[in-house]
Amino acid sequence: MQSKESWRGAFCSLAVVLVAWWLISWIIRLPIVPSPVDVFINIGQDFFTKMENHVLYSLGRIFGGIGLSIIIGVPLGYLMGTYERVNRLLSPLVYFTYPVPKLALLPVVMLLFGLGEASKLIMIVLIVVFQIIVSSRDAVVNIPPEIFRSLQSMGASRIQMLTEIILPATLPEVLTATRLALGTAVSILFFTETFGTEFGMGYFIMDAWLRVDYLDMYGGIVVLSLMGFLLFTLIDVAEKRLSPWR
Amino acid sequence: MITIRDLSVKYKTRRGEILALNKVNISMDTRELYTVIGPSGCGKSTLLHVLSGILTDFEGSVLIDGKGIDPRNQRIGLVLQNYGLLPWKTVYQNVVLGLKIKQGRAELDDYGSWLLKQLGIEDLLHRYPRELSGGQQQRVALARAFMMKPDLLLMDEPFSALDAITREEVQELFLKAWHQNPVNTVFVTHSVDEALYLGRKIAVFSPSPGRILEVVDNPCFNQDNLRSRNDYYIEMSSYLRNLLTRG
Repeated sequence: MQSKESWRGAFCSLAVVLVAWWLISWIIRLPIVPSPVDVFINIGQDFFTKMENHVLYSLGRIFGGIGLSIIIGVPLGYLMGTYERVNRLLSPLVYFTYPVPKLALLPVVMLLFGLGEASKLIMIVLIVVFQIIVSSRDAVVNIPPEIFRSLQSMGASRIQMLTEIILPATLPEVLTATRLALGTAVSILFFTETFGTEFGMGYFIMDAWLRVDYLDMYGGIVVLSLMGFLLFTLIDVAEKRLSPWR
Repeated sequence: MITIRDLSVKYKTRRGEILALNKVNISMDTRELYTVIGPSGCGKSTLLHVLSGILTDFEGSVLIDGKGIDPRNQRIGLVLQNYGLLPWKTVYQNVVLGLKIKQGRAELDDYGSWLLKQLGIEDLLHRYPRELSGGQQQRVALARAFMMKPDLLLMDEPFSALDAITREEVQELFLKAWHQNPVNTVFVTHSVDEALYLGRKIAVFSPSPGRILEVVDNPCFNQDNLRSRNDYYIEMSSYLRNLLTRG
């Protein structure tokens, strides 16, 4: 998302979606599909009075959840990728728990950790951390052995191997995993925010739905997707900055 | 001085153990350039892995100036066939990597600048390896190895992936850099011509499991215009080829 062309692409696709939306609303003419023009006007009026706080809550939860997943998942993945023994011990555990439908655990998590922020973060981490573990492990395994050899012959320490090879070599893969995790995190967030909170975009959208305020509901959905777009762009920019060699 | 006594290396595979090196004995004088030649799979690279401290599971003794091999205490320069450059570092960062690891800081001294100029890479310092040709990458790898003024320089078929013309160019650059700083060098190759052109002494290996058949003094070394002369050269190359085919 750095070059002019990709920005142009983004605007074109946005335009296509908006035109399609507008056409559907024009054909159906029901309050359940309002015109995008009305929705955007509504966002303009409501954003700083009604939505801002919800956006900040949701952003905080996404950053918290993904940040925690990276802090837990990347070192674990590195250990599994570097030490065959650790991998043999942990990978069955990861493979066994990865496919468990963790959303079903929401009641259990809420019972154990309360209705507050903790259980929302834990849900995001529980679902997202596995893809980060597996990606960072595979990224380490895929580093060609010759690269380690030349540093080994220079007498590099383990820390130097980590900082000179493993971190820079795996960074692009870790960022890709984060990008995938982001999409998942936003959808889990929506689900968890419909329970036990009065803040967050999930709450805002469901609340608008229950109040039959479709303008607010669509406004919430649009803002949520813009949030996602912004976060994805942020990761793209970070990748360009941090891995210029690719 | 490198002293190798009864060096044997076994690899474990699924089908059992494979003997890669079989009781290798050789003493290599300091400030000498040895080329090691032998058929593929004879354990030449295994020998380099032992000398570079990558492979530590071997029988026999390998001493460098009377001490066992430890890359943390010795300065070992290793140049590999596929260059072994770090793709995420610029040419400059790659070149000073050895200094950074050995001394904790990386600065170019006079010798360093001379080396970069000599190898013709002083204008490429801000590029990444993927933006370089094979010959340029190999010159960067040479610069990295010489830059740390190694006690021991190990070359594992470093020029075999280059095209013929580039190879001759890089061979000459290598000799120039070596004469400036004549470090104990073990140069593995599978080419008789390269062994003759670069080796002051030539160690000839048998087919697997590798033994040393003979260590030959090379009268061709350091002869001007070696490539265009043929007296010594033909004699020596047919002698080596005979040795190799007899096994």
